[in-house]
Amino acid sequence: MLPAAHDDPFAQFKATFFEECSELLADMEQNLADLESGDYENETLHAIFRAVHSIKAGAGAFSFLRLVNFSHKFEFLLDELREGHLSVAPNLVETLFRASDVLSDLIGFAQNGEVADDAYGQDALDQIENFLTGEDGAGAGEPASSGQASAQASVKVSGRAAFQPVTEPKATSAAPDTATAENDTKHFRIEFTPREAMYRHANEPLLIIRELKGLGRTETTIDTSRLPSLQAMEPEDAYFSWVFDLWTTYDREEIDEVFEFVVDDCDLTIVTLDDEDQVVAVDVSPGHEEDDDGFGFFVEEGAIKEGTVTAVPAATPATTLATTLATTLATTLAATPAVPAATRPDASPVAPAADAAAMAAPIPTRRTTDGLKVASIRVEVDRVDRLVNMVGELVITQSMLAQEVQNDESKSGGRVATGMDELSMHIRELQENVMSIRMQPVKSVFSRMPRIVRDVSKKLDKKVRLVTVGEDTEVDKTVIEELADPLTHMIRNSLDHGLETPEERLAAGKSEEGTIHLSAEHRGGRIIIEIIDDGRGINREKVLSLAKEKGVVAEDAELSDNEIDNLIFAPGFSTADEVTDLSGRGVGMDVVRRNIQSLGGRVSVQSFPGRGTRFQLTLPLTLAVLDGMIVGVADQKYVIPINAIIETVRPPAKDVEQMVGGGNVIRIRGEYIHVLPVASIFGLKGGITDPSKGLVILVETEGGRTVGLLVDALAGQQQVVIKSLETNYKAVEGVASATILGNGSVCLILDIDGLSKMKVQHDTDKSSRGSGNKNEKDIGTKVAAE
Amino acid sequence: MSKKILAVDDSKTMRDMVSFTLKGAGYDVLVADDGVNALSALVGENVDLIITDVNMPNMNGIELVQKLRGDPRFRATPILILTTESDDGIKQQGRAAGATGWIVKPFVPEKLLKIVGKVCA
Repeated sequence: MLPAAHDDPFAQFKATFFEECSELLADMEQNLADLESGDYENETLHAIFRAVHSIKAGAGAFSFLRLVNFSHKFEFLLDELREGHLSVAPNLVETLFRASDVLSDLIGFAQNGEVADDAYGQDALDQIENFLTGEDGAGAGEPASSGQASAQASVKVSGRAAFQPVTEPKATSAAPDTATAENDTKHFRIEFTPREAMYRHANEPLLIIRELKGLGRTETTIDTSRLPSLQAMEPEDAYFSWVFDLWTTYDREEIDEVFEFVVDDCDLTIVTLDDEDQVVAVDVSPGHEEDDDGFGFFVEEGAIKEGTVTAVPAATPATTLATTLATTLATTLAATPAVPAATRPDASPVAPAADAAAMAAPIPTRRTTDGLKVASIRVEVDRVDRLVNMVGELVITQSMLAQEVQNDESKSGGRVATGMDELSMHIRELQENVMSIRMQPVKSVFSRMPRIVRDVSKKLDKKVRLVTVGEDTEVDKTVIEELADPLTHMIRNSLDHGLETPEERLAAGKSEEGTIHLSAEHRGGRIIIEIIDDGRGINREKVLSLAKEKGVVAEDAELSDNEIDNLIFAPGFSTADEVTDLSGRGVGMDVVRRNIQSLGGRVSVQSFPGRGTRFQLTLPLTLAVLDGMIVGVADQKYVIPINAIIETVRPPAKDVEQMVGGGNVIRIRGEYIHVLPVASIFGLKGGITDPSKGLVILVETEGGRTVGLLVDALAGQQQVVIKSLETNYKAVEGVASATILGNGSVCLILDIDGLSKMKVQHDTDKSSRGSGNKNEKDIGTKVAAE
Repeated sequence: MSKKILAVDDSKTMRDMVSFTLKGAGYDVLVADDGVNALSALVGENVDLIITDVNMPNMNGIELVQKLRGDPRFRATPILILTTESDDGIKQQGRAAGATGWIVKPFVPEKLLKIVGKVCA
């Protein structure tokens, strides 16, 4: 029936659970930040509660006991909060933040199969406990001074806390082995009179009788005396009573469980009879609030008629035939009049859809802040990636066909050509739409920032306001994932180095509270993210002297203000007088720049001394396609990412100069720029090697340097689908990835930094051996052949 | 024809587990992630049983039960609420709203199926 039902049947859902947890935690962060800012609704409290509740339920399913216990406590605090028993005070919010951190860590432990230290998170539990017992005056309505109130609260809390966490799943009691149960058969007499309420709850006597019969041998008597004439009969009323004699090896609890859902809606008497036909026990104790399965049960004291049966004669053999007949009758009858005819689903026609719609109408639907309804489905990223890939192939095939049609004059202008135009339009639309599936609002990253600002500003004793704009701006999922670290780092940097302390600000005639603006917008097919603070700006003198001291720039270098500002991205650069644990350590901004560049993006800084600093990140919207400049080198074509290109020049011979160790530099507006001759670096024969005869494309390297790529010609600009070279072939130096052009040929996308390194190697080889780099010869042809 | 069950829970993990267990036992399963979407799923659709979580956004399980009991089509459809052990109050609320019974989370598959069998033959 169920595959491997006994050995953690739900193991396969763990991944889903952890994925869900991380989503819930991210939402919770945002909600907690709203809570702290005071900009929240009741729903915010409910949402936080639900998140913890869901985590607890899932954790229970997988027996993550620490997580269950902690979230249980956390949930209880949140429940008090949403019920209005506690108010949202700053110290309470503090506790919620701490608890959400612990929760997040415990989830992490569970995910990695680690065991948390016993004391881990105890501080958060203590804080929660303080609020619940009212020892934290700010939150509780009553100060803790009243001993009695405090005691009551503790009792209440411990009542909740006494909740038993999930232990190892018990062997189900669904079908206990009769052999293991007590072997003596017990005799129960059960009097069962449903009330009309039972049908209102959609409980079905037939199913109850069937379940009871499953426990052992039964003899049934039905009392139909209350059944009125057909005319007087109310279809929704209950008219029957049953008396069951049950001989079973099961315990009383099993019988109670049969009536579990209806015990409030019927008159029920269960008595135990012994062989001498004497009642030995009338067990009506309402102590079954929780049975062993942790499986609840309402017991209304009046529902079970305590002691009404003191001595009941057992069914004698003479009555057996009658009871057997009655059993059959009971079962048959129970199916029919017992269920109100009008309410049986099969008896009533299917209500028109409009009814259900009307029923659903007044319900608030889920809305975004813009008031738009959101309906979404969850899809695995893998599937989307496959789709993106297939559309990529389609684009390539389409451009190949388009080229064929263009080349074939007999077809141009005809129906085939018109069809091709339409096809390419649709495919482009298809591609855009498929790409948009991977797009996500930057909100998921931005939402983490308030927390960082909050924590860091607290540590630094600074007053900071974070303003975010354009959170709904969408960008590819991969970009989003890679964006979190650099952005966090930059925000921390602004907090640590950019913004002044309140005293410094006041002294400078500024408001006490600093502001950081974080914004995102689309511009020209790229996303621009800006972090602007109104702090002190970059201390250029200090930056420059430090850069000289560290040898980042030459002692006698003359740099523009902008160049000095951008020195903060130089590797190993740090201006903090003391290395702090926040943004110091000197591994900050150069890592940021590298991360951003590996995404095909750029980062720059602009400083206004005394007024503030602006960081700007520009990133491609997706990593699956890029806008490329196709260039010709010898008989090969290569792609240069357009975002790296600064300008293209055709230098006059007088501006080209030979370097001593080999190679050329060109002079542009008074600056010397290294030339990387692509043809000779790749060992291609017939390519141009004299910069004055070819084209030099100025591009920016990851280090922020400008170099010139010497190529033969430009062949046009095109959006290309990126294919990983590592996956399809192997990593090749100087090549970032590949693409397939319209004519079906493989075209390599150049890796500028890689080329730079090869150039150095190339020059060394040349001076020592006087030959080109044979290893890299004909890479293009080789890859194409693969 | 196999019985059809609607499972409503805002947690995907829980939905998946309920759905997996029921499908394994041969039931047809529909899912929804909150009360509002449960009602939409029931437009033009008859089910033999509804299993719903209580704590959900937009429309919680209790409201859902009330709505359904107010609709002639679902007056006699069994509805089970999914609740945690500590939620005794929730069970009472569920009953007051018209729920047929309840399932305690976390559950083992056999337990879920047993309870389902109890209210939906």
